[in-house]
Amino acid sequence: MTRLERNERLIRLSLFMIALSAISVLVIITVFIFEQGTPIMFKYGLKSFLLGRDWYPSEKSFGLFPMIIGSLMVTFGALIIGVPLGLASAIFLAEFSHRRLTRILKPVIELLAGIPSVVYGFIGLMFLVPLIREKLGGPGLSVLAASIILGIMILPTVISIAIDSIRAVPDSFREGSLALGATRWQTVRMVVLPAARSGIIAGIILGMGRAVGETMAVIMIAGNAADIPGSILDPVRTLTANIALEMAYASGEHREALFATGVILFVIIMILNTIANVTAARQRKR
Amino acid sequence: MNRLKIISVGLCLILSLGFFSCRPGRSGHSLVVAGSTSIQPFADKWAELFMEKNHQVVVDVQGGGSSAGIQAVRTGAAHIGMSSRELKDEEKELYQIEICRDGLAIIVHPTNTVETLTLEQVKSIFAGEITTWNPLNGHDRAITVVVREEGSGTRGAFQELVMGKTRITKKAIVQDSNGTVREIVSRDPNAIGFISLGLVDKSVKAVALNGVKPTEETILEKKYKLVRPFLFLTKEPPEGLIKEFIDFVLSKEIQDLMEKEGLVPISLPKEREGVS
Repeated sequence: MTRLERNERLIRLSLFMIALSAISVLVIITVFIFEQGTPIMFKYGLKSFLLGRDWYPSEKSFGLFPMIIGSLMVTFGALIIGVPLGLASAIFLAEFSHRRLTRILKPVIELLAGIPSVVYGFIGLMFLVPLIREKLGGPGLSVLAASIILGIMILPTVISIAIDSIRAVPDSFREGSLALGATRWQTVRMVVLPAARSGIIAGIILGMGRAVGETMAVIMIAGNAADIPGSILDPVRTLTANIALEMAYASGEHREALFATGVILFVIIMILNTIANVTAARQRKR
Repeated sequence: MNRLKIISVGLCLILSLGFFSCRPGRSGHSLVVAGSTSIQPFADKWAELFMEKNHQVVVDVQGGGSSAGIQAVRTGAAHIGMSSRELKDEEKELYQIEICRDGLAIIVHPTNTVETLTLEQVKSIFAGEITTWNPLNGHDRAITVVVREEGSGTRGAFQELVMGKTRITKKAIVQDSNGTVREIVSRDPNAIGFISLGLVDKSVKAVALNGVKPTEETILEKKYKLVRPFLFLTKEPPEGLIKEFIDFVLSKEIQDLMEKEGLVPISLPKEREGVS
């Protein structure tokens, strides 16, 4: 074996070890969360955890149903606000705007992703919450406030992935459509968007993952009442907020119940990621 | 490659520095104080001041909650336990020293016309039975109830002193610090919440309870009811280092510090000056 070959082997081995360590961190986290969270779920019954409506850990009542509904409501609200906005911006930037304008605007939008979530929360608390309280009623800390802020927070993800998948549509598609006499908008609507569909959906699902997992901004503006909201002006608590709010003083079964919350969150995010990967793979195949 | 080396060596150095600074650099006597998370932040400061004066001593302050603190003293895991609730009968075998008191204030927006509430009214509001301000001050607006999260000492004290066995309403807005509760109440004209008395400032109004305003005097005279004691517990009668630390916390210096931080010292300032 030459020296060169030995070096090659050594480098390959060390790179393999590094890759393995990244994976092992994931494995350790997963095992830890499940090991801490599942015993209490089986002790009190999976049904009482998933469908129980009362969250009073001091009285050994661990119903996570309001938080599951809360997470879903806030995420869905964020999509209602973020997806139309994001998609419209992406179509404009990829198909209609001047190249030079796109070159300025795209990095600016991606910069949105770099703003720390606590800043979003703070802006929401200072401007959005009082506005909702005065104009629409209720305490202001609400599903609506959280949805709007999260909708803005997922914009960069939705926009940049949508732009990339719109650009990936071959120009021959557009040329064919235009040659048949379709306008630019008709081309976008009937040829480009359907062709880019699965990429756009993958982007939306990644944005959704961000909305489900967001914690700090949500704690600051959602009000965190552990109850199923009756309207979008009522306060709401998400799964992530439930963990972050109470972990400081939690001990014993209360702490385990928070880990159980983590298990449920983990499962939800895994499902979302799998859907995103499958749709992205479908796009690649075509 | 060279730069990488420098960076990694630098990182190692910084990490190892952190490691060494964590270890007590001196071998001396050590004192473990554990218990209530309400007392812990204050006790941390007292311990720091105590260590400044006694260089050979290490005071280790740990949280865990009042019950954990009591348990720790019993088993000998801690020299001093901290409890922010009265001892139960079976726990009375421990020696208890009251070091100060902490009042709970019921706060509303400064523009709220409500000046006083009865304990029953407060209980009904936080249980979600009274939901508008109408029966209290005539304004026909919904009440925004703001509380602390499950597990917090302040919520625990409120539950015990006001609610008893009744549950706090699920519709209540939950915040994870005294500061954010105050912040929300100061911004929402319809809000009501509870915080540690020491943290009440001009941005909110503390309401009187059964006509008694929460002040240091009314707390010391035991007229204001929403008060919890901060206790130090020991297994044996305090002596040696344990006694030194407790005496230090009871000294004028620390008692004055407590007053500045919003706690209620066990004696009025005037009397204290007379003693020392």
